[in-house]
Amino acid sequence: MIDPLNIGLVVLIVGLAVWIILARDAFSAVVAFIAYGLLLTLVWAQLQGIDVALTEAAIGGGLTGALLIGAASRLKRTENAVSAEQPGIALKWLAAGLSTAVTLVLAICVLALPDPAPSLADAVAANIGSTGVGNPITAVLLAFRAMDTLLEAVVLVFALIGVWSLTPDRFWAGRPGLKQSADPNGVLAYIARVLPPIGLVVGLYIFWVGADYPGGKFQGATILAAMWLLVIMAGLADAPAIDRGLLRFSLVLGPLAFIGIGVLGVAVAGDFLAYPVEYAKPLILVIEFALMPTLTLILGLLLLGAPQRAVES
Amino acid sequence: MSALLDLWTMAAVSAGAVFFLAGTVGLLRFPDSLTRLHALTKADNLGLGLVVLGLLPQAGGILDALKLIVIWLLVMLSGASVAQLIARRIAADGDRRR
Repeated sequence: MIDPLNIGLVVLIVGLAVWIILARDAFSAVVAFIAYGLLLTLVWAQLQGIDVALTEAAIGGGLTGALLIGAASRLKRTENAVSAEQPGIALKWLAAGLSTAVTLVLAICVLALPDPAPSLADAVAANIGSTGVGNPITAVLLAFRAMDTLLEAVVLVFALIGVWSLTPDRFWAGRPGLKQSADPNGVLAYIARVLPPIGLVVGLYIFWVGADYPGGKFQGATILAAMWLLVIMAGLADAPAIDRGLLRFSLVLGPLAFIGIGVLGVAVAGDFLAYPVEYAKPLILVIEFALMPTLTLILGLLLLGAPQRAVES
Repeated sequence: MSALLDLWTMAAVSAGAVFFLAGTVGLLRFPDSLTRLHALTKADNLGLGLVVLGLLPQAGGILDALKLIVIWLLVMLSGASVAQLIARRIAADGDRRR
């Protein structure tokens, strides 16, 4: 059946993708990219992939969008000079050839997929009882493919170390980002006081229902990080100095707990990240609770960027 | 009774869609940022409000209906605040932009 809504979505997404590539300045491209992320969210919702839709809205549209806006505004000064440079004819042909080749390979891969696609959905449905969680996505992420999730969390820590390593020496151990000076009685301060209590509840709710319904730590942590950033942007609280012991401990707490439980699995259940059946649900909960503050802090700190000022004495 | 409620849903959601359409046309056609913001907030507040009011009889229960209303209130809160922030920025930068 050809559904006008789906056709409309596809046309909009393809059109927006072309616009992102053709847009002259980085800022317009970034704005279009955020809209593109929101449209992708609708596509995932149409495909009944509510978990993926939530993640796409939070990470793909929200977080990545905010990171790219920051990058675009930093590039603004040099943008005109860069776009005035014309690449040589050979480079243009090389780029065109490479892009076409990548597109062709992707198209061939998609067309060569067996029909019906190979699926592990039945295996997940048959074994989900042993994990104690009700949401198959959470079961896959934290039990069947826990290794992938562990590596994801570690990658995020490395990403933050990468951002921090751009800190100039004189600001090392300082606070990330610029000092905010919003009007303490202004609109921003008002919303930074009203919204966080609601956001905390919504974020924790999405985190908690992740065991049985769409939701989970990544989506919840993004909302919590957004609330934290809102408070910092309104100047109601300052970003933490990056050499605080408690901060650094919280940043590695999630991966450490994950690895600890994984090693425990070697001793108790015979394999790394294997859970004894009767304790599977509590262990998954421990990992989720340990990862939550880590993810919230890392997502917030990634957006705040490298320290740009020393600690005020 | 249920036919009446369905009629109400159709009427209210259609009215909401009209506000979204008007807001979008305004966003595209109005000459400067302040009037464009004005058009946009109409779509947010009234359009979404009518859609939510229309959907209330179709909600699965009291809890779902409350969630719909909370979503509307949150969108109004964020929409109004962001519109204020953008408008103040325009007012502050106005002389340079013109």
